[in-house]
Amino acid sequence: MTEFTKYLTSAGLSRREFMGRAIAAGLTISAASTLFANTAVAAEPKKGGHLKLGLQGGAATDSLDPAKSLSQITFVTGRNWGDMLVESDPLTGLPVPALAESWSPSADASVWTFKIRKGVQFHDGKELTIDDVIKTLQRHTDEKSESGALGVMKSIKEIKEDGGDLVLTLTEGNADLPLLLTDYHLIIQPGGGIDKPDAAIGTGPYKLVSFEPGVRATFEKNPNDWRSDRGYVDSIEIISMNDATARIAALSSGQVHYINRVDPKTVDLLKRAPTVEILSTSGRGHYVFIMHANTAPFDNNDLRLALKYAMDRETMVEKILGGYGKVGNDFPINETYALFPEGIEQRAYDPDKAAFHFKKSGHDGSVLLRTSDVAFPGAVDAAVLYQESAKKAGINIEVKREPGDGYWSNVWNVQPFSTSYWGGRPTQDQMYSTAYLSTADWNDTRFLRPDFDKILLEARSELDETKRKEMYRTMAMMVRDEGGLILPMFNDFVNASTTAVKGYVHDIGNDMSNGYVATRVWLES
Amino acid sequence: MTDTTETSALPPETSQRRSLGERFPLATLILQRLGLSALLLFAVSVLIFGGVEALPGDFATTYLGQSATPQAVANIRADLGLDRPIVTRYFEWLGGAVQGDFGNSWASGNSVSEQIGRRLGNSLFLAFFAAVVSVPLAVGLGMLAVFYRDRVPDKIINIVSLAAISLPEFFIGYLLILFFAVNMRIATFPATVYDSMGFIDRLQTIALPAATLVFVVLAHMMRMTRAAILSVMSSAYMESAELKGLSAMRAIIKHAAPNAIAPIVNVVALNLAYLVVGVVVVEVVFVYPGMGQYMVDAVTVRDMPVVQACGLIFAAFYIILNMVADIIAIVANPRLRHPR
Repeated sequence: MTEFTKYLTSAGLSRREFMGRAIAAGLTISAASTLFANTAVAAEPKKGGHLKLGLQGGAATDSLDPAKSLSQITFVTGRNWGDMLVESDPLTGLPVPALAESWSPSADASVWTFKIRKGVQFHDGKELTIDDVIKTLQRHTDEKSESGALGVMKSIKEIKEDGGDLVLTLTEGNADLPLLLTDYHLIIQPGGGIDKPDAAIGTGPYKLVSFEPGVRATFEKNPNDWRSDRGYVDSIEIISMNDATARIAALSSGQVHYINRVDPKTVDLLKRAPTVEILSTSGRGHYVFIMHANTAPFDNNDLRLALKYAMDRETMVEKILGGYGKVGNDFPINETYALFPEGIEQRAYDPDKAAFHFKKSGHDGSVLLRTSDVAFPGAVDAAVLYQESAKKAGINIEVKREPGDGYWSNVWNVQPFSTSYWGGRPTQDQMYSTAYLSTADWNDTRFLRPDFDKILLEARSELDETKRKEMYRTMAMMVRDEGGLILPMFNDFVNASTTAVKGYVHDIGNDMSNGYVATRVWLES
Repeated sequence: MTDTTETSALPPETSQRRSLGERFPLATLILQRLGLSALLLFAVSVLIFGGVEALPGDFATTYLGQSATPQAVANIRADLGLDRPIVTRYFEWLGGAVQGDFGNSWASGNSVSEQIGRRLGNSLFLAFFAAVVSVPLAVGLGMLAVFYRDRVPDKIINIVSLAAISLPEFFIGYLLILFFAVNMRIATFPATVYDSMGFIDRLQTIALPAATLVFVVLAHMMRMTRAAILSVMSSAYMESAELKGLSAMRAIIKHAAPNAIAPIVNVVALNLAYLVVGVVVVEVVFVYPGMGQYMVDAVTVRDMPVVQACGLIFAAFYIILNMVADIIAIVANPRLRHPR
């Protein structure tokens, strides 16, 4: 509760405070980023200039409707023009106020009251009201909603106003509700965006000037922004660049200031360019090898353990991620999550143990692993590396390359042993609820454990952090030692900018400074 | 175009038996071709529709990808009517299309016609300037090669153009970017054009992709020009034209050109079509917002209205350009006007 009250009382962070934390986390998160964070903090933000971003992930099919936002470009675009009720702290991942000034839960965390900020104007000059907030949330929870936030929002039973405040009633207690409202689909729109969902009118630091899906988006500064600690550049231009080489060429020739998705294979070459800065941030995304724990032969825990010990994690991080990542420990949580259970022993490559468990499992013959390059970048190479390391333990893995088309509907979550990735979630509860709860649609390891489900639900409404952390440790151990998940690596977000870009915040929440890159940086000539 | 005096000299019953086709060969040909084109376009639309349907996954699942929830998928399907039989959906689409209504993109909800108008404009702009440079250059170089046949200039032209055609187009693109954008910093990159851009800016922006395309299509046209002219020049009637005392220029214009033009025009037409519809890779490398990229984006998520409209436009381009090539060949060469 202590962290909780602290964030309730602090209505918005000062820039100095914000940056002070940036140094602290820079040191703990990544030694490489520390130097950058230090130099960035030394200077005061400079206003003005035209910022150009060259981003992968745009398509002609992109929509400005936040409910339909799926691509990297609509993600950043939305962050520029809109605000959520709550944001997450870039360094601790805890909820911080945005359009909601403060909030408080009921004793069982099932009813939440949010105070909505006063005096905030939409881009069209209208004042933000409680009605806009309610309608927005209703649009995303509606039965007929096509919103990407539907999964997050389905635990909300009732949305209503009480004395000017927003009151959300949940189907069950959830201590993490404020973090769920940080979802990037949940941009507050005038009238809930029901009349014109893709109008891109919001309360954000930049107004949308033009948008050509899959080509380009331009923004100008919102002069009536309610916050002064963001929006330093005068205007922004986002160019959709899906070719990795094109992005690198545009950055190194100085035609754009920032690019995303730098290929780990070429990052060392890019680093040599004198005007380029590599921005690598720890994240929650992870690359996985998933076994269905209820399907033969993977229903045998000894076989699962054998396959876990046969994974050479260090080599994976080095070869597949080019060193831009961290080894995983077979549970989907890393130190970037709040209440991370520290001190769990790191599982290492151990051919002897693998051979021991393989023999004990009584399995005979090879194991079929399905993979495709759409599973994650380098997934086919990773599967072959895995095949080699397993061979040393006497385990024969047969690698089958599946077509990328339809991989997500025909192989992932269908076949008993395949490669995949997870993007991470704002909270441990969400990550486990999405993929490890018995009833979850995406339980892609078929982890069916009533005892695990029970702890997960208890932890969700537990407001005592010490108890909660202990519960998360128990859950992590269950997944690590008995689940069907082999998690060799967490991938860093690897982006790059020119040296003119200052003030980049390494946000653990998501890629590209959690999408806020354009609103947080400034340009030094 | 037919000789009327000759026709009237024929016996009357023969004259009546002569079909319209023989009296107006060119007009008939164009009409036939147009009829066939409509049939072809129809077949293309069926093929595309069937092809996209046969791909694994439908729009709802591919659009949402890994992040699909069953409810969101069901809502999208119900919204777009994807749960109805394929034949019903096809004829509904066809009904709109014959009235010129291509519908709205499933993914972005925007009008397909409006989007295509812009993208097609961009594609044509790039293709036009690539053609303006490459066609005269190819024909000129081809003639030059004939003039210096088997001597050093001919060999240089051949080697350079063959080298250019042997390199993959994205590689040529990367080389140009490396030299002109990254190292020398004289060219604009990325080549993204947008609505509010002035004409001169636009021209400057497309310099690199247009140059890449010129390299890609040059060799094909150049070598066809060279081969066609050489084969005509070595034929017997050119020799007799020379022997009967025609000047070289007159012999070429009157006798060589009409016979050489057909294969050249055909190759030029094919390459022009390629410049419009086959340049996805160049568009991606140079971040150019053309039709190719638009269609690829749409196929990736099975956005049927967009895929169909793009497919039809591409098919129409091939058909029209080939038809124009045939017509030019026929007009240029009287012998082709009266097929036996």
